[in-house]
Amino acid sequence: MNSFEYARPTTLEQAIGLLSPTDGDAAALAGGTDLLSLMKDFLVEPKRLVSLMGIEQLGTISVGKDGLKIGATVTLDGLLQSGALNQWGAKWPALWHAAAGIKSPQLRAMGTVGGELLQRPRCWYFRRGHGLLAQDAKGGSLVEQGDHRYHAIFDNAGPAKFVHPSSLAPALIACDATAEIASPRGMRTVKVSELYRTPTKAGERETTLASDELLTAVTLPRPLPKSATYEVRPRQGLDWPLVAASVAFELDGGGKVTNARIVLGHVAPTPWIAADAKSLIGKGIDDAAIAAIAAAVAKAATPLKGNAYKVDLAQVAIRRAFAAALKGN
Amino acid sequence: MADLAWPNPDDCTLIGKRVPRLDGPDKCAGRAKYTYDINRPRMLWAKFATCPFGRARVKSIDIAPAETMAGVVAVEVIAGAGTECKVAFQEVAVVAAESEEIAREAARRIKIEWEPLEHNVVDDDVAMAGNKAKAGKEALTEDFAAAIDGAAVISETEVGCSIITHCCLEPHGSVVEVTEVDGKTSVMAWCSSQAVSGVGGEFAQAAGVDAANVHVSCQHMGGGFGSKFGADLWGALAARLSKKTGRPVKVMLERDMELALAGSRPSAFARMRVGVEDDGAIIAWESAAWGSGGNGGGMGAPSLPYVFGNVEHKKTQTTPIFTNTGGARAWRAPNHPQMCLLTMAALSDAAAELGMDELEFVKKNLGLTGRADVYAEELGIAAELIDWKKKWMPRGDQRGVLRRGLGLAMHTWGGGPHDSNVQCTLHPDGGVEIRCGTQDLGVGARTTIGIVAAETFGIPLNKVTVLIGDNRYPASGGSGGSTTVGAISTATRHACVQALNKLCEAVAPEMNAAAEALVAKDGMVRGKESTAGGVPFADACRRIGTQPIVTMGQTQRGNGMSDQGVGGVQMAEVEVDCETGIVTMQKLVAVQDCGRIIDLLTTESQVRGAMIMGVCAALYEERIMDPVTGTLLNPDLEFYKLAGIADVGELVVHMMQTPDHLKRGVIGIGEPPAISPMAAISNAVANAIGARVKRCPMTPDRVLAAMKA
Repeated sequence: MNSFEYARPTTLEQAIGLLSPTDGDAAALAGGTDLLSLMKDFLVEPKRLVSLMGIEQLGTISVGKDGLKIGATVTLDGLLQSGALNQWGAKWPALWHAAAGIKSPQLRAMGTVGGELLQRPRCWYFRRGHGLLAQDAKGGSLVEQGDHRYHAIFDNAGPAKFVHPSSLAPALIACDATAEIASPRGMRTVKVSELYRTPTKAGERETTLASDELLTAVTLPRPLPKSATYEVRPRQGLDWPLVAASVAFELDGGGKVTNARIVLGHVAPTPWIAADAKSLIGKGIDDAAIAAIAAAVAKAATPLKGNAYKVDLAQVAIRRAFAAALKGN
Repeated sequence: MADLAWPNPDDCTLIGKRVPRLDGPDKCAGRAKYTYDINRPRMLWAKFATCPFGRARVKSIDIAPAETMAGVVAVEVIAGAGTECKVAFQEVAVVAAESEEIAREAARRIKIEWEPLEHNVVDDDVAMAGNKAKAGKEALTEDFAAAIDGAAVISETEVGCSIITHCCLEPHGSVVEVTEVDGKTSVMAWCSSQAVSGVGGEFAQAAGVDAANVHVSCQHMGGGFGSKFGADLWGALAARLSKKTGRPVKVMLERDMELALAGSRPSAFARMRVGVEDDGAIIAWESAAWGSGGNGGGMGAPSLPYVFGNVEHKKTQTTPIFTNTGGARAWRAPNHPQMCLLTMAALSDAAAELGMDELEFVKKNLGLTGRADVYAEELGIAAELIDWKKKWMPRGDQRGVLRRGLGLAMHTWGGGPHDSNVQCTLHPDGGVEIRCGTQDLGVGARTTIGIVAAETFGIPLNKVTVLIGDNRYPASGGSGGSTTVGAISTATRHACVQALNKLCEAVAPEMNAAAEALVAKDGMVRGKESTAGGVPFADACRRIGTQPIVTMGQTQRGNGMSDQGVGGVQMAEVEVDCETGIVTMQKLVAVQDCGRIIDLLTTESQVRGAMIMGVCAALYEERIMDPVTGTLLNPDLEFYKLAGIADVGELVVHMMQTPDHLKRGVIGIGEPPAISPMAAISNAVANAIGARVKRCPMTPDRVLAAMKA
């Protein structure tokens, strides 16, 4: 880890002022569970760390008529505790399941919602210093030639083969959440899905945030009545899911789908929004319909040589997420 | 006076009971100091620049950028220009600096120009490994071909397991302080070591002194499992750098180097054919095995088939593969877990092929083992503990998403004692001090010595001071091969009985009794036949004069004191999610003999620890090498996966403690229970899903592939 400057502002304005328009100069620090590891491995070397933990307004959760607003520095534990306390967990089970799936007490105590959404990929080539796109001298993909058991099965035709590691993002996107972003140019609001992009060339990041922009909060609108997240996670304690699926949908009085979203995690460089979900609209939800939609989503997958098993797992995750949502648990 | 022989179990208050570890509270409270916790005034931290490829030549190396960095005290080149590095993470240069952070950053600033060379990290495919795979000689019994062709059924199995590492939670390392006083050089080395009495020579050589001038200490250690017998290059460098700088130097490996270099267990794969009669009798065995012990080459003993070695007709061949990966070191029962997996999987598949219950099948063939009676008894107990009769279903009979399965495995080990010396000092105030140059790997050596001494003197455990983990105490063997408990328990008994007998001689006249007629029990020295009265132990000790009684004991072999040779049985119950391929442990039963047990609690704990290691190897753990760069892809505990406590399931331990077992004396327990879990779990998964998962760890991708095959 290189030497760096440390700032702990108490207002959002101060914080924004301390960030830099030059990529890599300054980094926003919340729980530090990812950033500090990246720094210790010399993968990022910011000259200045701007701690957000002294800014009170970023650490609050509010449940109102408009939905649920979660500050960026709310810890994962804080999120779960508030979910139980304010009973929002029952309204947005997809988010609740995703948060509860982060099994490390240490990570939950220190990690924040903002940090979780903006954590860097866990691709072992990236983490070993080969860059986010992990290309050899000739531009070939180390991931493709090497061991990619955990890598992308969707949106992997370009140079990016990593998977986005966020547990909360697929759930938030399924719940149609928006993100508030502050910068010297003012505030802007985008869909959470718009926080992410698939890099196409070296130097591009997996997020759309500029280096002087700060994620300040996410807001979940009125929930769809049915939602759930299902993670295929080998170990019962802390472990990365191999695949996760968040689903959210609404049925009319006749049991027909009026709105549906399916978002997969750990399958693509971004949280993967399955466009096929729309084909459910107007149909009833039964085992056959769920199996058909899962199969349709999986059909579009383009697995690498060594990770086709994840396509099967994606189908299972979708089916089980729907089943959990219908059951209401 | 007391006989050397172990006391009657009915008379024991400590031996054979469940006694908590003496150092448990210190460990829980963080008071126990491991080598990693040793920090000395003016201490320097050392860090390495290492090779980023599976194989590469150093074209040039420039250490100036590190040397000129503030806080850097010394830089040494280990692999100079022209040196070929044969494994990733191999040490190229070392930096000693004022802080860990400075050392790490300075090591990174060393400029190394590399010429990458062709490497091989393929250990699971003989054809792909090309000339790195060297087929060994085929061993063939007479009439093998006719025998196997004549078998009623021939079953075929292909299975194997990945390379795993020792993954000591406290990595390898030392803190070394070389001092010069009045022209005399001496070395103080704190070293995480399984061989405190023997490791001093390596530090001596590095510091240029005699071993007599080296003081080694290891009070607590965070695991060794067979990988920590030497000081290694890392300890030697600490000594050299300390001598050079005149300051203490700390070298503790980081997790990546620990996983890459500090020892591994060879992989093992095999294609096997088993010829059986209709009644289940095994008549022929054929195996072609391959695997890799890294840059040291291949796999060693034991041979196949494991445990069932007396199969009459055999054809076996082994092909070791050289890989550019860190070399193998003894890993808890070296090679036994792998050979157990190969053998028990092949036997389980043969039973399934015959449509026979696996338990009945192995019972039918116990005559092919060296311990038929022991195994028969243990199989019966294990079957009851896991409810085999009620739960077992023929392989592949289940439908549905969640399927349960049962599997079993059997193992054998030696466990005889090494040579150990123990000194007992009986002070005139009743204080008892035991010194032994052994070490406690975390399994209870300290407690074992305390129990034997306290039992022999008839005093409470807390009245005994146990001093170990120091090479200035009487020499004791390295803790490997399950040799420690038999050695230190019998040597302690030997030393303490001599001291007690001298005490009895000293107090006999005043008690108007013959020394032979006195015993020490319940804190008193009294007549053999009495149940009350006598002289309190401390009062008795006052009669010995001003000098303490000092005695030396040695390892006692045979005569019911210690023995070797054990058998064990384990049975596993798993649940497999057939859609996700995730295997969940339900229950693992271990039935084990190890002769006479000194501390039942730490013994059971050690068996549980071994079972947990087995669950890790069966389901989660493997070293993943990158075919492109030849480096390790999971040099961390994030993707080098170990079981969490929720993944382990219910563990049931049954120790065989009948009079017949007890009369054999003490036998080591470290290795045996670590052998069977992987095989038992593999068989349980096969029983559940109706197919053999070809490789451990049985990760979801591999389970799903087996089901599709």
